Amino acid sequence: MTTTVEAMHGGHAGHDAPRDATPPVFHVRDEHAHEAGSTALGFWIYLMSDCLIFAVLFATYGVLGTSYAAGPTPKELFDLPLVALNTAMLLFSSITYGFAMLAMEKGRTAQTQGWLAVTLLFGLAFLGIELYEFAHLIHQGAGPGRSAFLSAFFTLVGTHGLHVTFGSVWLVTLMVQVARRGLIPANRRRLMCLSMFWHFLDVIWIGVFTYVYLMGMLR
Amino acid sequence: MSTHAHGDHHAHQGHGHGGHGGHGHVDHDHVEGAHGTFGSYMTGFVLSVILTVIPFWLVMTGTLDNTTTTAVILGLAVVQILVHMVYFLHMNGRVEGGWSMLAMIFTIIVVVIMFAGSLWVMYHMNHNMMPGMTTPDMSKLP
Repeated sequence: MTTTVEAMHGGHAGHDAPRDATPPVFHVRDEHAHEAGSTALGFWIYLMSDCLIFAVLFATYGVLGTSYAAGPTPKELFDLPLVALNTAMLLFSSITYGFAMLAMEKGRTAQTQGWLAVTLLFGLAFLGIELYEFAHLIHQGAGPGRSAFLSAFFTLVGTHGLHVTFGSVWLVTLMVQVARRGLIPANRRRLMCLSMFWHFLDVIWIGVFTYVYLMGMLR
Repeated sequence: MSTHAHGDHHAHQGHGHGGHGGHGHVDHDHVEGAHGTFGSYMTGFVLSVILTVIPFWLVMTGTLDNTTTTAVILGLAVVQILVHMVYFLHMNGRVEGGWSMLAMIFTIIVVVIMFAGSLWVMYHMNHNMMPGMTTPDMSKLP
């Protein structure tokens, strides 16, 4: 992408130099340089806005987290070994995505695809465990309608799970893209964005397991 | 990596036209900052495992009293978030010429105000409710 832009610039500079010397050339160059480099910043700002969504859900949980409506408390509901397993799945998926990025930088397509597949498996394992936990809770009569605490819990953890779901869909999409077109610059940029998204979800999960599960057990 | 090479190459050409040195450097730093190494990923991973195991172990065994445990696990969570930011998200003050950091600091300020404010206000509202209207008592009503 950068290459094309710069080539165009070169042409412009060659043609227009005598007439309107430098300022328009500067303008074109600047704009395109920003466009090429600003995807990461734009995506980062999206992640920050997503962070605000989670902050609101955390605050809601913080306010309603003790309103049990005479229903079950976190201590009776949460299964810490299961949460620890879930945390491990997400952490493993983070590091394997990191390995995929390293393979991508070296231009090794097959290796990148392999690590992406491993990441996907860990992501799906995380989702599977979470769905099992939710099903188990609902089966026990501790569904989202039971108390304000459970409403807030399902909203917060469910929103995170939904993000992981969409991240997995995105991951499959990119694996298809890489299989079809290889590690072209556009695909590298997409993989870089998904890497930020994926690591960001792991950061949110740190907040979830600490604030919801571990501190819930201490109440 | 090839994008990076092109960007840098052209930035250096840009010196000939004048005034583009700054851009070249920003681009360079951004790309440098955006990629980790095997070592940095492994450091982040090992630190994360340690920072995850300790809070789970503390809560599961109940070694410390609740107040201390709460303080410790919250502190470790903050440290682990920083570890993820640095080693996995490659955050530093030079990424995107500092704009990523600025956006993050702004977000953190908003989040802290909103989160702490919500808890503070709602805690006092719960306290100021009339007796018999607080949640535990409500639940005893028919």
